[in-house]
Amino acid sequence: MALLDYLLGQRKKKSANQAKDRLQILLAHERSERKAPDYLPKMREEILQVIAKYVEIDQNQLQISIDEENGFEVLELNLVLPEK
Amino acid sequence: MSKVIVVTSGKGGVGKTTTSASISTGLAQKGNKVCVIDFDVGLRNLDLIMGCERRVVYDFVNVVQGEASLKQALIKDKRVPNLFILAASQTRDKDALTQEGVEKVIEDLKADGFDYIVCDSPAGIEKGAQLALYFADEAIIVTNPEVSSVRDSDRILGILQAKSRRAEQGEEPIIEHLVLTRYNPGRVDSGEMMAADDVIELLSVKLLGVVPESEDVLNASNSGEPVIMDEESKAAQAYKDIVDRFLGEEKEHRFLTAEKKSLLKKLFGK
Repeated sequence: MALLDYLLGQRKKKSANQAKDRLQILLAHERSERKAPDYLPKMREEILQVIAKYVEIDQNQLQISIDEENGFEVLELNLVLPEK
Repeated sequence: MSKVIVVTSGKGGVGKTTTSASISTGLAQKGNKVCVIDFDVGLRNLDLIMGCERRVVYDFVNVVQGEASLKQALIKDKRVPNLFILAASQTRDKDALTQEGVEKVIEDLKADGFDYIVCDSPAGIEKGAQLALYFADEAIIVTNPEVSSVRDSDRILGILQAKSRRAEQGEEPIIEHLVLTRYNPGRVDSGEMMAADDVIELLSVKLLGVVPESEDVLNASNSGEPVIMDEESKAAQAYKDIVDRFLGEEKEHRFLTAEKKSLLKKLFGK
């Protein structure tokens, strides 16, 4: 099978491409974090406190981000509620 | 009009001091009055690369703290006229530099008629690095085609765009230039190293030049002579191109791909 792969030109991915792909994802992520407003961590804490009053949640389950979509800034909250 | 240039990278060991030394020498060779300042307080090294380590009497911190005049502290280069070096201090006190102090030195250099003030930044993103870039008009980002260096360069670009004086005062942003060092065209050709275009695309910074990995860089630092002065060297040619482009000349990029070796060269080496 390996021989067939080789003959079909399915050679090992070049490491330079791997470097570029990894960096593309990483830099996009880090840039969006850098642009995030300073109040975000504190707001996250407070939102968590409010939710925790009503449901039992895992503190790490809340994802919060600010993105730009079609010229609008979108605040996105993502929380998985525990199974009943 | 004087221009303040910061040579920065985030990551250490990528070639900031080598680049600072060669670019300031190159600018002075073109007839400009140039001062190169070592901002790496505690880890002075530019003096060694410039070959003036035995002539340091007063340093940057002495001037900032008023213990010496600028005139006393500036070391005149022995090879190139109009080139001056301001050495970093060896003090371990990291707060020895203040923003006001640095500003005063830069303003005094401008008043003294310096055309270019080259700030050789320390590695990292701490106070020293932030002070080195704060007053910059243009920035030279030194990057190796390697993941950690590219990531750190992106980080320092973020700081240039947010925390420099130009950014804080809402002026025209700092002009950014990319210098790719330790570039190995052979490994790029075989897919083992990111190509210049990859790094340009990732960082979205205009390429000022590529410096091929060269043994001459170590030889140059061994002898305390900026590598740009080693006429034979490819690294020197690359830095000369970089200086020309920086001064506005259009020059095609070189050293991007490996030279094809002739059969004779393959057989007999070199």
